[in-house]
Amino acid sequence: MQEANPDSSFEIVAREDFSDVTYLLEVRHPLMAKAARPGQFVIVMSHEHGERIPLTIADFDRARGTITLVIQAVGKTTREMQRNCTVGTHLYGIVGPMGEPSHIGNAKKVVCVGGGLGVAPVFPQARAHKESGAYVIGIVGFRSRDLIFWEDKFRANCDEFIICTDDGSAGIKGLVTEGIRQVLDRHGDIDELVAIGPPIMMKGCAAATRPRRIRTVVSLNPVMVDGTGMCGGCRVKVGDKVMFACVDGPDFDGHQVDFDDLMFRLQRFKPEEKLALERWQQGCRIEGRDAGRDS
Amino acid sequence: MVKKRTIRTIPQERTAIAEQPARERISNFGEVSCGYRQEEALRESERCLLCPEQPCVAGCPVGIDIPGFIHKIGEKDFRGAYDTLTDTNLLPAICGRVCPQETQCEGVCTVGDTLAPVAIGRLERWVGDMAIAEGWANVPYIEPNGFKVGIVGSGPAGMACAADMAKAGCSVTVFEAFHQPGGVLRYGIPDFRLPNEVIDAEIEKLTRLGIKFKCNTLVGRLFTIEEMVGEMGFHTVFIGTGAGYPSFMGIPGESLNGVLSANELLTRCNLMRAREFPAHDTPIELGRRVAVIGAGNTAMDAMRVCLRLGAERVYCVYRRTKAEAPARAEEIHHAEEEGIEFNWLTSPLEILDDGNRGVRGMRCQRMELGEPDASGRRRPVATPGSEFEFECDMVVFAIGTNANPILGQTSQIKLDKRGYIAADETLATSLDGVFAGGDIVTGAATVIEAMGAGRKAARAMKAYLGLRDTETIYSQAADSGEGRLFGIPPGERNYARLRVA
Ligand SMILES: Cc1cc2nc3c(=O)[nH]c(=O)nc-3n(C[C@H](O)[C@H](O)[C@H](O)COP(=O)(O)OP(=O)(O)OC[C@H]3O[C@@H](n4cnc5c(N)ncnc54)[C@H](O)[C@@H]3O)c2cc1C
Ligand SMILES: Cc1cc2nc3c(=O)[nH]c(=O)nc-3n(C[C@H](O)[C@H](O)[C@H](O)COP(=O)(O)OP(=O)(O)OC[C@H]3O[C@@H](n4cnc5c(N)ncnc54)[C@H](O)[C@@H]3O)c2cc1C
Ligand code: SF4
Ligand code: FES
Repeated sequence: MQEANPDSSFEIVAREDFSDVTYLLEVRHPLMAKAARPGQFVIVMSHEHGERIPLTIADFDRARGTITLVIQAVGKTTREMQRNCTVGTHLYGIVGPMGEPSHIGNAKKVVCVGGGLGVAPVFPQARAHKESGAYVIGIVGFRSRDLIFWEDKFRANCDEFIICTDDGSAGIKGLVTEGIRQVLDRHGDIDELVAIGPPIMMKGCAAATRPRRIRTVVSLNPVMVDGTGMCGGCRVKVGDKVMFACVDGPDFDGHQVDFDDLMFRLQRFKPEEKLALERWQQGCRIEGRDAGRDS
Repeated sequence: MVKKRTIRTIPQERTAIAEQPARERISNFGEVSCGYRQEEALRESERCLLCPEQPCVAGCPVGIDIPGFIHKIGEKDFRGAYDTLTDTNLLPAICGRVCPQETQCEGVCTVGDTLAPVAIGRLERWVGDMAIAEGWANVPYIEPNGFKVGIVGSGPAGMACAADMAKAGCSVTVFEAFHQPGGVLRYGIPDFRLPNEVIDAEIEKLTRLGIKFKCNTLVGRLFTIEEMVGEMGFHTVFIGTGAGYPSFMGIPGESLNGVLSANELLTRCNLMRAREFPAHDTPIELGRRVAVIGAGNTAMDAMRVCLRLGAERVYCVYRRTKAEAPARAEEIHHAEEEGIEFNWLTSPLEILDDGNRGVRGMRCQRMELGEPDASGRRRPVATPGSEFEFECDMVVFAIGTNANPILGQTSQIKLDKRGYIAADETLATSLDGVFAGGDIVTGAATVIEAMGAGRKAARAMKAYLGLRDTETIYSQAADSGEGRLFGIPPGERNYARLRVA
């Protein structure tokens, strides 16, 4: 009766697994590929009973008519997608591109910082800054060497590129803030720093640039439902204002954001999330057992 | 034939309607009101005096021929009653359920001067439900006219506009951001007031008119309004995106976990089916003691949803009195029956932290009514020294909405100073060929007004395309006879040409 969206059936056309928790999905959606700008995100519903989860558009290919999502399996929905979203399958729903696109101004020297999975969403911004003629310094951080992805792709769009790992298995040993410290020491003329990653990392990046008053843009990831400004679940504190990240953001001035508030609000559904994951894993185990018996 | 009815001869009591008992219904999401049976509808239809002045018709925002449809019920011409209703109202099964009849048709009913007014809403619903059960739909013979019409938003405004444009022969596509159509009817109003099957049935009728629904489409972001009337080739576009953007008060404690907007609560529960968590993935917090701020329909829905989700106590906190509460009278009545505890003349000051970023209670103050304000309602003023605290673990804000910013962010369309889309009296916007109506123009209003706006815009859109307006209801005043050529008014000349071609 109601077509989901006949222009595209949201087919997954490619998939890549970066590690046992991180995977990439390339989804066919020509209109979205055409409309997407760096900094925007989509809301995905993987099946009819699924949750609506926000995911950043990590890349888009207008010629192929696809967008790319990079996903970390953290809970029920993202693990279930990790298991079920194989090439040739379809997503139940995907809507976007949402949010105000990142402002790619005429900054001359820009630092783009990605922490863990945040490397994917910061990539289109690095590329856009590069294309608009800026000198781009990339800093990416991972826990260890085996979690690194998109190194070459990222490096190709940067004038300088730094890898940090928590355990020192690649690049600098330490957090991305260590990388930022070194870059700030070397360059006195940085116009802007863009940081995407876990809230605690973005908070650290904002703290690192605050003394030098370098414009610092962060991309916030509060819990969302509709992504259209209708529910207010995604509200964040920025300066003395309350903003809805899905329509007023997701990019905000890192020096104004109340990160502690964001981190607390992300805990909102911890008990339910735990329950959902346990129940799902138990279901998988039973399925696995039954499958074993069948064969 | 029928003897002349007078106020003395008609049944004196308003025909009661069967309802799920309050004690049972608070633990399910089944519909509260069971609707009339045929003999009850027939009896209630006899209460209509068929008065010549027809105050009720003037009281209805879309001017339904109320005595006309009620008379047909009395004659057992049920299909005829449905046809009369749908001459003006596309969604009788929905409006019969959700209209604030007490301030519209029933509020001015002549019988109401002496007795309880005729139960117009219940009769309307009864006919609407029969139409759904019998599969009636008025699908006229539609001659395609080659025009492409785009509708943004699938709420009542968009649905009504889409239907009229489709009936006029246009190829109509409705774009909806959510994964299911229906707007507030779907995500906001809970099943116990408006079951999903009713919405599905009405949408199904629209698809039978050839209307296409494209969900998962965020207009403004996936493509712009300007692109729609430009390269995408829509000859005219209607915007019915609703109000959205819920307000908070800016009091301390609003960002605590356990504080949310009614829109979020209702969307999680209704559209995302969080009440069936974990069978459905979307979670929802379950408050034991819930305070809901506000006393409109949204607040009533939020309170009654919380009760059904298992809350032990649900409080309504409202700074004016029951007399000023904007909700439908029936909803307040049902809420009272279900055990909602009303705190009239109470205004929140602070939401209290339980030390764990959750809610432990609320601090409020008592109010008194002072001088009338701009809305004509007496302004509540704080009573000094009346502050008090009470315990609760969840707080829901239902104090209204602001304009959704997306279309303003993504197009040149002119907004008014509050951020709503600016439209003239024909509902034309500042962009050529683009019309708008419903909550996004007026601010939060009602289903029937949104629907009326959708139809009003459709009329202007037909005139814009040069199509003949077959809906006389709205056109009587417009054609003054001036500028007629061969007896054809100017707005309809293209229509004549099209027919010849
Ligand atoms: C604008 C934005 C962009 C994002 N981009 C990406 C991305 O590119 N890749 C990626 O892997 N993740 C991204 N996320 C986070 C991603 O949405 C969550 O990891 C996902 O919703 C978790 O769902 P789950 O059921 O697997 O885990 P759960 O167990 O349900 O949740 C794990 C944690 O994820 C967060 N979360 C849960 N539900 C939501 C929700 N509906 N909205 C937002 N956060 C939620 C909470 O902090 C929660 O504690 C983004 C979030 C936002 C708001
Ligand atoms: C909880 C609640 C209870 C209510 N109860 C009653 C009642 O009992 N009686 C009554 O008369 N009224 C009631 N109302 C008010 C009534 O529902 C609204 O006035 C009416 O629905 C407005 O209709 P609309 O078509 O303008 O917008 P909506 O119904 O809000 O529909 C707008 C639609 O547009 C979609 N949309 C928004 N932006 C975009 C975009 N950019 N692209 C694509 N789609 C978009 C939205 O997702 C939504 O589906 C209630 C409202 C609420 C919230
Ligand atoms: S649409 Fe509403 S106001 Fe009009 S007759 Fe029906 S119930 Fe009354
Ligand atoms: S996600 Fe609902 S308002 Fe932002």
